Amino acid sequence: MSETPLRTDLPAAAAPAAAPTTPPDPSPSRRRRGGRRRLALAAARTAIVVALLTAWQVGVATKVVDPFFWGEPTGVWDQLVTWITEGTPQGSLAEQIFVTLEEAVLGFVIGVVLGIVFGIALGRVQLLAELFAPFLKVANSIPRIILGAIFTVAFGFGIQSKVILAVVLVFFGVFFNAFQGTREVDRNLLANARLLGASPWRVTREVVLPSAFTWILASLHISFGFALIGAIVGELLGADKGLGLLIRSSQNNFSMNGVLAGMVLVAIIALVAEALITVLENRLLSWRPPQFHGGAAVE
Amino acid sequence: MAAIELRNVTKKFATADGGTYTALKDLSLTVEDGQFCAVVGPTGCGKSTTLTLVSGLELASAGQAVVHGQPVRGVDTSTGFVFQQDAVFPWKSVLDNVAAGPLFRGTARPAANGLARDWLRRVGPAGFEDRYPHQLSGGMRKRVALAQTLINQPRILLLDEPFSALDVQTRAIMSTELLQLWDQTRPAVIFVTHDLEEAIALADKVVVITAGPGTVKAEFDIDLPRPRVVQEIRFDPTFVRLYGQIWEALRDEVDEAYARTTTLSTVAS
Repeated sequence: MSETPLRTDLPAAAAPAAAPTTPPDPSPSRRRRGGRRRLALAAARTAIVVALLTAWQVGVATKVVDPFFWGEPTGVWDQLVTWITEGTPQGSLAEQIFVTLEEAVLGFVIGVVLGIVFGIALGRVQLLAELFAPFLKVANSIPRIILGAIFTVAFGFGIQSKVILAVVLVFFGVFFNAFQGTREVDRNLLANARLLGASPWRVTREVVLPSAFTWILASLHISFGFALIGAIVGELLGADKGLGLLIRSSQNNFSMNGVLAGMVLVAIIALVAEALITVLENRLLSWRPPQFHGGAAVE
Repeated sequence: MAAIELRNVTKKFATADGGTYTALKDLSLTVEDGQFCAVVGPTGCGKSTTLTLVSGLELASAGQAVVHGQPVRGVDTSTGFVFQQDAVFPWKSVLDNVAAGPLFRGTARPAANGLARDWLRRVGPAGFEDRYPHQLSGGMRKRVALAQTLINQPRILLLDEPFSALDVQTRAIMSTELLQLWDQTRPAVIFVTHDLEEAIALADKVVVITAGPGTVKAEFDIDLPRPRVVQEIRFDPTFVRLYGQIWEALRDEVDEAYARTTTLSTVAS
């Protein structure tokens, strides 16, 4: 396993999107020191992964770990290679990934839009909040995964039931953040916009929305994970395609390597989505002072 | 007809523990068209509340706020308000911030941008139109806030300790600039401050408010000639005499307010 190519994507994803006025470049020596530190970090992370995988594989070789229950790294790798080169029992691997992604992305987008609309509406209109707050609290306290069982029966084995489950999972996180973000908008900014002549609709669009976006974006990081969970769990409960089904049928064949290989694929999707959301966040919040950029603290 | 009239206004707020807090009690104040009125008083005397009543952001619990003969029933967009804290929109560029007022009022984008450029030229050096507010100094942000408000050409201009966060030198410069801007359109002004020097240097009339609940203790006409240069006017003998007189009225209120905060903090600790 080569180390550097694996990590080269990281600095690009973590670097904040170029703001209109980027601060002057740090001196070359500082940048080189920063680069060296990043490289060292990447190497250390890779070393940890390699150490864990090696320990696991050695554990299997010395019969400390039973691969029937726990799988083994080489087996997972072989399974991935087989899926890629020969396809899965239910069709090509690309098709499975595409179906799951489609469900997750659709569920994510619909859930986020609904969450923002409802969150801001209830945050802005006191009466709506008073009217609906108890219902939302009750709905939120239901373990929503259970709903997946109903959706599968009601909407069938296609993508519809998975999308709806993903929407339900995404909605609440975004909703509560949008609601809170709307409530926390600086009162001076609201008063200023009104006095400058803004209608309630323009106040919502030009003051509340951008201001609440800091909160909403924070929830998006978790929400895509929820959308993916919705899609996968929906597929586990009953589907004719997708990564969840792949994991489920591997489990039914007692192929732990297959289950783990499916998990690896899901993890890769989640990481790529996370990086994309970070890019979006930095783009949308470029007006903020640099020290508040979420991404900066990571490195 | 006076531009602004507060007729025996009282303003009470509900407090967190279920009681009421009286910010203003039976306060009357008149500002003529084109008059620059400064309101001074100790901290927490309800000075800023007078502004929220005139602007319509809050309604009086008793009494009446009247602007140009019309009772105030809600936010009136012919009133301009410059806030103590930054109220420029942090996600808008300087140009978009200044253009916001005309855009909110239905002006087309190119015309609004043209107006905004014009007002930015009036308040300060050009060339920072594309910056975000956080990239500006405190003084620059205040200039943007002034341009944002003045671009609407308000007939009533309310300023709530607008320069209190600035350093002393910047403050004097900004005060002089404010007077020049005010002179271009001559709106009726209420300028709230706790700084007596600033009040006298700027105003035609200084109103002293009592320690809370606030009511008018005394009014003083400031007969210093205009145009004034704030940095230099404090050496004028008339200024010194007025300062002495008004301070006489203000001192008791400041002592009273200070005594209250110290007793409170003793109780709290």
